[in-house]
Amino acid sequence: MKKIMHLLKLGWTILSKPAVHLSLGFLTISGFIAGVIFWGGFNTAMELTNTEEFCTSCHEMRDNVYMELQTTIHYSNRSGVRAICSDCHVPHNWTDKIARKMQASKEVWGKIFGTIDTREKFEAHRLQLAQNEWTRLKANDSLECRNCHQFDSMDFTRQSKRAAAQHSSALASGEKTCIDCHKGIAHKLPNMEGVREGTSPH
Amino acid sequence: MKDTLVNKAVKNAMTFAMTVVLAASSIAFASTASAEKVIDNAPQVSTLRGTTPLNAEATPPIIDMVENNDLKRQRDYPQQPPTIPHDISKYQLDKNFNKCMDCHARKFADEAQAPAVSVTHYMNRDGEFLGEVSPRRYFCTQCHVHQLETEPLVENEFVDMEKIIRQSHKMAK
Repeated sequence: MKKIMHLLKLGWTILSKPAVHLSLGFLTISGFIAGVIFWGGFNTAMELTNTEEFCTSCHEMRDNVYMELQTTIHYSNRSGVRAICSDCHVPHNWTDKIARKMQASKEVWGKIFGTIDTREKFEAHRLQLAQNEWTRLKANDSLECRNCHQFDSMDFTRQSKRAAAQHSSALASGEKTCIDCHKGIAHKLPNMEGVREGTSPH
Repeated sequence: MKDTLVNKAVKNAMTFAMTVVLAASSIAFASTASAEKVIDNAPQVSTLRGTTPLNAEATPPIIDMVENNDLKRQRDYPQQPPTIPHDISKYQLDKNFNKCMDCHARKFADEAQAPAVSVTHYMNRDGEFLGEVSPRRYFCTQCHVHQLETEPLVENEFVDMEKIIRQSHKMAK
């Protein structure tokens, strides 16, 4: 204990004294360069966790949600544009992104303790997991959808009659947001008992 | 050494026997096939595979557009399940969720302006009404089908029941 206190004291005396041999210019410039490297490294590492490879490196994602995504229009389509996991599940705005990444530490916990490490466990948690995402998208007015699908760029005349009718009324007035109608657009829906009565068997 | 020689002999004999059997059966098959050809003079009906030989990969035809005009088609007979006048590709229809009911359930017919499923869908086979869609009616696409914007593959000679009744009335007169 005494030794530790002594070491801490020594460290503090070194830190609190002004530099004797290094110039202020050297310290400023090297500090700036180190800052750039740390900041860049931090963001690069975070971007790595936003890739399709990273998300599907765990079997929980690869065998369940990623398999289902592959049959949908967001994975393969006539124009060849693909939305990857992070496009919908990670906010693009930096502060929101950091908040989401901090939330994701719970997912690391889940991975370590195998919360959804079998198909059965995943199915048991599916509704709750889906509801987390629906709540988020409902709260931010389907921001992640709108990053690509902009209301102002929608040509109702190119949509089917039903789609145009819904988009020009409920969506245009802000009464509804994308996720209200487009649940299950990229993954299979669980039993919707209690969410949308009448669409699932008891 | 002797053992292996014996084994070899047995193997040879078996191979020979099998060849004989195979040859005999193929001859028999060929003869029945040719016999069928003689009897059947009808035009060759091609299968889904078409005329592509078995060892070649067929070029799939272009997928036709799905009718998506939301216009009700006439039914050919009173009990005909109405056709689906819109695209239903990628609709989830499994034991968890029924995308059709997302609009066609009684509760959502107003907001979606879709025809609500008729009361017969709530009946079990004993004619009793259930609180929700009967399990035997749950999988919509068993009876209701979407339509493609394409020419029919074969001519349809179906005659409406009403037409037959009207004709018989005429005949009676």
